[in-house]
Amino acid sequence: MENFTPYASSAGGVLIGISASLLMFLNGRVAGISGIVAGLFTNPAMIEKAWRFAFITGLILGGLAYASFNPVEIMPRENMSTAILIVGGLLVGFGTAMGGGCTSGHGVCGMSRFSLRSILATFTFLLSGIITVYLVQHVIGGAS
Amino acid sequence: MNKFISALAAGLIFGVGLVLSGMVDPNKVVGFLDVAGNWGPSLMFVLGGAVVTTTIAYRFIFAKGKPMFGSDFHLPTIIKVDQKLLFGAAIFGIGWGLIGYCPGPAVASLGFRPEGPLIVVVSILAGLLLYKVVERSS
Repeated sequence: MENFTPYASSAGGVLIGISASLLMFLNGRVAGISGIVAGLFTNPAMIEKAWRFAFITGLILGGLAYASFNPVEIMPRENMSTAILIVGGLLVGFGTAMGGGCTSGHGVCGMSRFSLRSILATFTFLLSGIITVYLVQHVIGGAS
Repeated sequence: MNKFISALAAGLIFGVGLVLSGMVDPNKVVGFLDVAGNWGPSLMFVLGGAVVTTTIAYRFIFAKGKPMFGSDFHLPTIIKVDQKLLFGAAIFGIGWGLIGYCPGPAVASLGFRPEGPLIVVVSILAGLLLYKVVERSS
């Protein structure tokens, strides 16, 4: 069980929870990243674009700020060609738009208000992710 | 202006949380989904920490009746579980398992480690818009 970080991961999770709570408490909005990003492009109202733009800017700056003080080491993944990143990204974008949410919108915000749709969506994407990784790592990849 | 600043602040905290938690490391994401291999449970702690915190806070927030800046909570109005929800979630899961990135971590990585994530974010946007086009034409 290498690279197991229960404390940092829990603390990071709590911060994500605090952010989601703040956005609901102050602005009355769900902190679902796919939805916020989608609205930035598809919602014509300027006032809608503005807060979405601010949130996304914060997301990028927050990641940058943390990583500047605590260098993040990420091992490059094997066999991650540009083509696979593109296919994967397309599936993530298409799927989250179709299913109305991603890990944050359904997994965090939706589950936290006991939405049946979000609970089912979360189990579905976890399951299909697990099956995909199984096929890639153990059936197609063959290596360990 | 208030809504703009509060969204910026929430985004900042979210970004720090994503990097601190390890969600920006696709190895960790795939490790969590790899139940038959070298399974790493870290991400369960991320989701657990986030859901427990939000569940408790939401109770108090919704009890207030309305947000600080605004007249209503904007919550999804659809309650029906349909094929779109489940197929969409399944498609998202395939992409997530393939590359180890969901939208939040991909965006939060742009500032400090853009090589892979930039390709991912652009592709996510293309996928999003592709769905909107398909949805409109059907």
